[in-house]
Amino acid sequence: MSVLLEVEDLKVRFRSMGMVRALATRTSDPFLDAVCNVSFQVRPGETLGLVGESGSGKSTIARALMGLNPVHSGSIRFAGNELTGLSQRAYKPYRRDMAMMFQDPVGSLSPRLTVRSLITEPFKMHGMRDRDRDAEAKRLLEMVGLGTDFAQRFPHQLSGGQARRIGVARALALDPKLIIADEPTAGLDVSVQGEVMNLLARLQEELGIAMLIITHNLNVVRHISDHMAVMYLGRFVEQGPTEEVFYRPRHPYTEVLLSANPEPDPDARIQRVEARGDVPSLVNRPPACEFHTRCPRARQVCSQIDPGVSSAGEGHVYRCHFPLNSEHDASKEGGVRQER
Amino acid sequence: MSQAATTRGVPGAALGTLLEVRSLSLDFTSPKGRIHALRDISVAVPKGRIVGVVGESGSGKSTLAYAIIRLLAENAIITRGEVLLEGDDLLRLSPRQMRDVRGRRMSMIFQDPMTSLNRVLSVDDHMIDIQYRDSVSKAEKRRRAIKALGHVGIPDPESRIRNYPHQFSGGMRQRICIAMAMLVEPDLILADEPTTALDATMEVQIINLLKRLQSELGCSILFVSHHLGTVAELCDDVVVMYAGEVVERGSVRDIFHQPGHPYTQALLECDPGRIRERTRRLPTIPGNVPSLLAGEVPGGCIFKDRCPYVFDRCQLERPPHYTVVAGVDEGRADGDDTLAAHTARCHLRDPGEASRDRESRDIRQARDKAAGGHP
Repeated sequence: MSVLLEVEDLKVRFRSMGMVRALATRTSDPFLDAVCNVSFQVRPGETLGLVGESGSGKSTIARALMGLNPVHSGSIRFAGNELTGLSQRAYKPYRRDMAMMFQDPVGSLSPRLTVRSLITEPFKMHGMRDRDRDAEAKRLLEMVGLGTDFAQRFPHQLSGGQARRIGVARALALDPKLIIADEPTAGLDVSVQGEVMNLLARLQEELGIAMLIITHNLNVVRHISDHMAVMYLGRFVEQGPTEEVFYRPRHPYTEVLLSANPEPDPDARIQRVEARGDVPSLVNRPPACEFHTRCPRARQVCSQIDPGVSSAGEGHVYRCHFPLNSEHDASKEGGVRQER
Repeated sequence: MSQAATTRGVPGAALGTLLEVRSLSLDFTSPKGRIHALRDISVAVPKGRIVGVVGESGSGKSTLAYAIIRLLAENAIITRGEVLLEGDDLLRLSPRQMRDVRGRRMSMIFQDPMTSLNRVLSVDDHMIDIQYRDSVSKAEKRRRAIKALGHVGIPDPESRIRNYPHQFSGGMRQRICIAMAMLVEPDLILADEPTTALDATMEVQIINLLKRLQSELGCSILFVSHHLGTVAELCDDVVVMYAGEVVERGSVRDIFHQPGHPYTQALLECDPGRIRERTRRLPTIPGNVPSLLAGEVPGGCIFKDRCPYVFDRCQLERPPHYTVVAGVDEGRADGDDTLAAHTARCHLRDPGEASRDRESRDIRQARDKAAGGHP
């Protein structure tokens, strides 16, 4: 199957200090890299889950894909067309095919508009005024499992789960090929969380939409995504088929994230791998392997040599000198011991 | 105990109870009328134990915590009940007397560590302020504060105490809040979703920290959370709330291994962390939480509209707390976990409804099998 979205070496930079201050303090590089050389692909009908802690750059990727953040370098190809460097005007048609669901379900809906206006707003924006807006509203509400009586409601009359469904309806309005969902379950109760995930899964099956799901909830990723990528300080530290990454993680950070998931069972005494300390600041990015300051397996080399990308077969890649669950584990450890 | 346990004399109350909430009811006034946010709540916190309060948003779990420490909004009215801290009814205290209880016998950790710290005061100011009652020198107070910060795992506390809240990460800020709550050596700490605003790796660190401090100081903790995993990991006893009522309570093993109330069962089934097999269909609880507006609160069982096992008795009669009789998989060596009696507000737990209960169990098993979920 052809690739729908292909991102290569994407880098998003933000200015970390003003020009004057940079001159005064003689900082040659007054930038921070929020997203650092990230590459991935999404095929039609597939789901990619992006996981990582806050500040790891997940949402920045989503915004860069939608053309809401400037891209410093790298390429974004959507259905074969290069999107980087396009003007806002030239970007507009692509935003019809890529729909975004924003993080805050109620906050992303204008409080002054009715649900009907909200879900038919995309038609207005893309110059499709001739459509029958009432019929479209009805169609979309049915699609996301809400009654047509919702059309006259305002956002404050919706529960969190219903507001999410409206977000889904808005995203679906223009029949997109890709939905980018930024934390679709954040702030929802477990019982409602299932509803939203089931809705997305059902729509994906029916309409064959590709999805990019950004979340910090690993349980959600495991059930809904085909591939997943783990982000740390703006970099993909591990990426691969979801089952592979879940059951045979290579990167210690992935393992830390997986075991940081408290089990809803008081007798489960899981062997917990804990990361020391805090996430470092992007301004003071640690050298070489960025995780070495917190890594339970870190050795001297980790702070000196960048691990680069290694492959564990079948699209499963990671950046680590001392990966877990690897046959080369023993030989590599022995090698380092000799060096010392 | 074969018949219904009454709401008076909460289970566990005899065994060195620190805090006992008895039949507490609370209303909020609103333009649409009164909202019965808490109805007939009874909870006991034994000395030296961690009691978890779980429930979904709107269940009244945070309101309960705020009612205990009396930090409620102005439109809240306590209509009935008592909050006994070692026998003293906190609801009868004057605001001044209540101030003496707060920050001495009881302290609180809030959900968002950024908004609970004052951003124009340094950590130093915060931590000296909170000891305002102690008549020791400022230098001594600072020394204590530095020690407390070191204790909660802030590296280099001597220099970092001069920093301001914005100079710390979210996890570090929550550690500071915990250090402040612990500094006054309270008997009871109320923790209102202290890990919700934090990332997973920080959450684990904070849970472990609370556990360690609790065992060192021997205080009791009332831990409010919607996250079943953290409750299972941290708490000794659990109280399950739904729509302003306590629907079930018991030891953490009872609640997680043998939930007696259909709501607890459904809540546990919904947690995607419990489902071992990869699935595209996650379980949900169909329906909505009932309205708690005066006159609209449904009679009978509060969960009846969403309950898969509902029968005629549930429509009419409000179930009392029945003792949950242990099921087939009994016989675990639990040791000290028998402190809290396991009760649920569900007619299926009435010994007189045993045949109906067997039916419901069959339904549940058949459904589990069909879903291919957990055993």
